Amino acid sequence: MAHRFPSDAWIKALCAELNASEAYANAAKNWEGDFYFIVEAGGPLEKDVWLYMDLWHGKCREAFEVTDPASKSPEFVMSASYEDWKKVVLGELDPIKGLISRRLKLKGNMNKIMRAPQAAKELVACCTKVETEFPA
Amino acid sequence: MWYFDSPHIVYGEDARCVLETVEGRRAFIVTDPTMVRLGFVDEVRRRLESAGLEVAVFSEVEPEPSLQTAVRGAEAMRAFEPDWIVGLGGGSCLDAAKAMWIMYERPDVTPDSINPFDTYHLRQKARLITIPTTSGTGSEVTWAIVLTDTAEQRKLGLGTRECVADIAIVDPYFVQGMPARLTADTGMDALTHAFEAYVNTWHNDFSDGLALQAIKLIFTYLPRAYRDGRDMAAREHMHNAATIAGLACSNSLFALAHSLGHSLGALFHIPHGRAVGLFLPYTIEYSAPSGAARYADIARFLGLPADDEETAAWALSARVRQLMHEIDQPQSIAALGIARADFDAQLEALVDRAESDSQTVTSPRVPDRGEFARLFVYAYEGRPIDF
Repeated sequence: MAHRFPSDAWIKALCAELNASEAYANAAKNWEGDFYFIVEAGGPLEKDVWLYMDLWHGKCREAFEVTDPASKSPEFVMSASYEDWKKVVLGELDPIKGLISRRLKLKGNMNKIMRAPQAAKELVACCTKVETEFPA
Repeated sequence: MWYFDSPHIVYGEDARCVLETVEGRRAFIVTDPTMVRLGFVDEVRRRLESAGLEVAVFSEVEPEPSLQTAVRGAEAMRAFEPDWIVGLGGGSCLDAAKAMWIMYERPDVTPDSINPFDTYHLRQKARLITIPTTSGTGSEVTWAIVLTDTAEQRKLGLGTRECVADIAIVDPYFVQGMPARLTADTGMDALTHAFEAYVNTWHNDFSDGLALQAIKLIFTYLPRAYRDGRDMAAREHMHNAATIAGLACSNSLFALAHSLGHSLGALFHIPHGRAVGLFLPYTIEYSAPSGAARYADIARFLGLPADDEETAAWALSARVRQLMHEIDQPQSIAALGIARADFDAQLEALVDRAESDSQTVTSPRVPDRGEFARLFVYAYEGRPIDF
């Protein structure tokens, strides 16, 4: 079943993919940090969509669409346009390249992210496995 | 969307004469005691002074420069207030110059936080000239900075595209007396840069041609420069090749030989070029089955068998081993003089470091933990890769 991006169902499906991935578990075994992923309004989105994901030692502990951004204060906040997120989800835009070229904007410890490129790569690999429907 | 960054490059015999045309008030040379002893600092100082610049020298850069040295140099810079910074030396001096420059421009920036995602607005106070005196690191044209935090005993891989030099002076005058061993080690560093710039997953149209030409130049001229350091044609081509390879990898990235080499170098204190070069043939053989490394392109360019990726990869690894033989380069970890018991004791740590190295992720074939261990063991024993 395809999940619409971005949505609560989609981020939960990604969470399940991560928890099923041995490659992600290995690559992110030392990672501790949670995220807000902000998909900015534009294109098919009338308003920003906020997704929360808590990643901890190779597992996804929690994931949901955020209704109140003040409800969490995650270590990292990553934002981009809908079109750029779509490219990341499809595996067409390397997230590290996206950060360097500033198409993805990050608030948080940049160097911590730079030390986890393999985890980022495996996370994107899991994104591409989620059956995704992109609204036109 | 991606970028291609390069300094204005002045190369060839007498390229250093361009220093006499630099316009400014004060130049601050960042270098090491060897450059002072060899007279290179005086050579650069004289030319800058003839351009009307006041010159100060910081000659305390050590091999594998420390964060603490970079902080001291930046303090000296702030006192002198230069509008030109001149990095003169091997990769250590050039990396130190970049770090000091950033701290001089931005005293509010914590040195270990320098990263490619932030904007620093450099060049408000000074610009950077780099003058390499080895033919290998490519630091004269790259945006990478490697420092060691001696307080916490850790290596810091830093960098921002803003710290690519304004002018790189690639003059063979500065490498004419380079010892044979250093010529071989730094030459293997350049060859590994060129190979990995071509095969890593961030390769691009702009870096590809540079990588291929650098590989061809190094295969042709490194043995000559090693055998006869006075062969100035070979010296000049090798000097150019190292800079070209640096441009290639700085604008794409690296791959597995760097991950393995960084790990071995850090734990057993092996010179960088010797360590990464040692792994090059093994990683070519390992990466071949991925089909993604484009070895056939390289082999075809060199006139080697290139019917398919496997054939090309094995022809290339044999060619690299032949080159290493010609320049008396160790071809196994055992040949570096590391005892088997010491190697076995560090194997887990070697794998840990290689696995988490930032160059691993852009390799055409990424090993799992077990394969990392086997790669190290095969490289220890000098066995061709068969998995």
